[in-house]
Amino acid sequence: MIMLRRSVGIVVALAGCLALGVALPGMAATPVKNVLSSPRTGAAKARPAAKAGATAASTHRTASKPAAMANGLDRSKPPVLGPLPPLALPAIQSQKLANGLELDVVEMHEVPVVDVTLLLHAGAMRDPADTPGIATFTANMLDEGAGSRDALAIADEEAYLGAELSTAAGAENATVNLHCTKPKLGPALDLMSDVVLRPAFADSEITRQRELRKNALLQLRDQPTQIAPIAFNAIVFGNGHPYGRPAGGNEASTERLDRTRVKAFYDAYYRPDNARLLIVGDITPAEAKGLAEARFGSWKAGSATPPPVATAPAAGPRTFYLVDKPGAAQSVIRMGNVGVARSTPDYFPLRVLNTMLGGSFTSRLNQNLRETHGYTYGARSAFDMRRLPGPFVATASVVTAKTDSSLIEFFKELRRIRTEPVPETELQKTKSNMTLGLPGDFETTADAAVQYLDLIANDLPLDSYSGYIDKIEAVTAADVQRVAEKYIDPDHFVVVVVGDRKVIEPGIKALNEGPIVARDLWGQEMRP
Amino acid sequence: MQAHFIRVSRRALTCAFGLGALLALTATVAGAETPALKVTYQVFTLANGLRVILHEDHKVPVVSVNTYYHVGSGDEKPGRTGFAHLFEHIMFMGSQHVPTGEFDNLLESAGANNNGSTNEDRTNYYEDGPSNSVPLMLWLDSDRMGYLLPEINKDKVDLQRGVVQNERRQSYENQPYGLSEENILSRLYPEGHPYHWPVIGSMTDLNAASITDVREFFKKYYVPNNATMCIAGDIKPAQARAWVEKYFGSIPRGPKNVRPTAPAFHMATNVYGTIEDHVQVPRVYDAWHSQKSFASDDAALQVMGEVLAGGKSSRLYKRLVYELQIANQVNAYQDGGRLDGKFVIFSTARPGHDLNELQKVIDAEVGKLAESGPTPRELERVKNSTESAFIGAMEEVGGFGGKASQLNYYDYFLGEPDSFQADLQRYLSVTAADVQRVAKQYLETPHRVVLSVVPQGQTKLAATEGVQP
Repeated sequence: MIMLRRSVGIVVALAGCLALGVALPGMAATPVKNVLSSPRTGAAKARPAAKAGATAASTHRTASKPAAMANGLDRSKPPVLGPLPPLALPAIQSQKLANGLELDVVEMHEVPVVDVTLLLHAGAMRDPADTPGIATFTANMLDEGAGSRDALAIADEEAYLGAELSTAAGAENATVNLHCTKPKLGPALDLMSDVVLRPAFADSEITRQRELRKNALLQLRDQPTQIAPIAFNAIVFGNGHPYGRPAGGNEASTERLDRTRVKAFYDAYYRPDNARLLIVGDITPAEAKGLAEARFGSWKAGSATPPPVATAPAAGPRTFYLVDKPGAAQSVIRMGNVGVARSTPDYFPLRVLNTMLGGSFTSRLNQNLRETHGYTYGARSAFDMRRLPGPFVATASVVTAKTDSSLIEFFKELRRIRTEPVPETELQKTKSNMTLGLPGDFETTADAAVQYLDLIANDLPLDSYSGYIDKIEAVTAADVQRVAEKYIDPDHFVVVVVGDRKVIEPGIKALNEGPIVARDLWGQEMRP
Repeated sequence: MQAHFIRVSRRALTCAFGLGALLALTATVAGAETPALKVTYQVFTLANGLRVILHEDHKVPVVSVNTYYHVGSGDEKPGRTGFAHLFEHIMFMGSQHVPTGEFDNLLESAGANNNGSTNEDRTNYYEDGPSNSVPLMLWLDSDRMGYLLPEINKDKVDLQRGVVQNERRQSYENQPYGLSEENILSRLYPEGHPYHWPVIGSMTDLNAASITDVREFFKKYYVPNNATMCIAGDIKPAQARAWVEKYFGSIPRGPKNVRPTAPAFHMATNVYGTIEDHVQVPRVYDAWHSQKSFASDDAALQVMGEVLAGGKSSRLYKRLVYELQIANQVNAYQDGGRLDGKFVIFSTARPGHDLNELQKVIDAEVGKLAESGPTPRELERVKNSTESAFIGAMEEVGGFGGKASQLNYYDYFLGEPDSFQADLQRYLSVTAADVQRVAKQYLETPHRVVLSVVPQGQTKLAATEGVQP
């Protein structure tokens, strides 16, 4: 749970997908199942390629205890590891359908499954300023009736084919994802193309989904980990910036959701010239083109405008924003500032910086707040890199009584990484972690899709992974410190704390780190 | 937990069926087009009792080392609930030759990652990484199996106690409906039953855990003859075996672990419970005593769960959420462990609807299923989705759901690691009559726990005894 894989700006929510409780009895596929797993894994599925001859011993400190010698085995030192086997990353091949839709194919033939993603520049940043939530609602409506099927019949067909079909939108993009076995690919693509090209947007279904959404907004009040990012983004970016508005909408905008608005949004942005199709799995490029042309060839190009450009407001002095949750067992802390766009020239130093700061289990924030102090189950940080500069955030859920102490430790780490040179051993550990972990990032069709979608979503060259290792290796301690100083700005942090205000406010005040302001769960000023 | 029925992680669902070098195809299932799943493996046992399963998969140069210790929360003694899981955390805190923090530092430096999980029956650890890192993984795992105690002190126990208590706060106490599970278990399984309490344990018991408990627990359960290790991925079996012998061979055998048993029991009455929580809308849970994993009706119960609430085309979703619009979600599942099992349905109301309204519809739909069974299409849907999931599972060796973990899981329950096809076959063999029968046998006749979780001060919304469909 800590160190989620770095966001690629795509929310692949499985709305409407069958939960196969029966499928894998060994796993906690069911919700209330009584299994605990510790969130230890760091930026586990992090990145890139393999470097021959690397050893794991780079950061090892020799154990101070006498070595145990059993069977002539000296246990006192970790084994020296052999060379890494070569990794051939699955290549990506691009082509175009007759209507201009770009089709990228990654061949992985070992298991007869195929993962298909249609990515559209139709995320929440396209929402009109006065009606946030349309992009996510439109994506959600795609599979609530399409072609000849109503909402339930689509779900029925999906399960009958043993396929998973999901539609979602995030801040930047909308996605329609299909995962199925190879023999079912044809009929599953028929279903997917219905959902993309022929959604019904029936009034009855829109009403039904609008009511469900209102219900979800009501339940949001009890979900502090979901409140914190909504409030944080609203404060950092403001209502005039697309990243400042709630992607899931609010009560007022949800009331306004109707067929006319949804259809207008769909007609404007669900177009082949505003989309890209990625197919990964047991398929050849020629086969993929034939299948895609038959389903998406009739899709008419439109004239979608480029995604909007906006500038975040200048940050004020560091301020604490409290969202009151009386009786809360923990406080959700979320602090940070406007970060960088995915296109930043400092991408690689920033990746190294964040892995070290809060992007892996052994990162400074997690080691400090969890493994040294036990204030939390996990602390982390992230640069959410999008088309426009997204947020930099450091976050944790901490025990209520240690809210002030946790803030002290957060500030300590976030200041220290800017002012103290990074030790070489720590830098090496971080870089090795990122480079040697690459093979695992391309293990499954879904893994490989995530890696390539990051490039596709940001219009980056598709061969970017070929130079990845060298670029990580080239990052120096000075680079890390430079980008930390440049992009982490504790003096101007927005610090959101969702917790029991009357308990935590005195401690936060005593820190004397900045003014305290009360906000509602949307991050807005409290109405008297 | 909220609405998780549509939020199962994708990795959890993509299981598959690997062909390729490691997955040979064998005889086809009678009457089916799809070749049988086969995961080839070797197995051996060291003199000290450590059982080892090796599986080659050279698709990607990664390896997973997955270890099962045959101890879970069901083995805990009174007053120490949550201890098996707390102990799991302590296993990452360093051992005699691995200073505190180095377990993670060394693995991350090698490009590997790791995790652990605890349930009622077993504790599971894995390391996943590039295939050259296997000796490091085995050195670390053998050090904590053989040499943990010299490094354990009160500070480490206190620290992880704090982390685990925050895990409880984050995942249960600060989560809407998060305390439902423990309230169901305590009402469903009788006092003294190993599943009577939750894996996370109580705050009081976590506070009581001492360093003496850690020592005793380690000596009793963390011994090679109480563990099974699966190494799967890009390995050479002979080399892997040599490393296992090198690192684990000298660890002494421990006492034989006598596992707890579950007392037979029958619920004689319906048990109603209500808890007030920080929630906006109420939720009702129905829990029936069912069967343990791999028992005769386990697969039919799971299929029934899918027919009732697996996705939007399921009966309860259609009725409660889609047509009547009195609920915003519903879920149903069979949850079997080594010793026992339960079948659970839960549904969350929309504002303005009380739990008796939901309960009536749930009972009516269960009644219909018991009366006339599922349709052929409903059954086929579940079977096709299940088969796809099994095929997809072949894509991955590591993590909690990859092949290394599944081989251990099957070995633990069935004594045969390659039970993929046999397991799938259980579901494919379920008939409409089976589903109808289990609906009648488990949900209609016997008694159940009905737990209502309501907003503070609104107990009037709770489900009550004696409401007829």
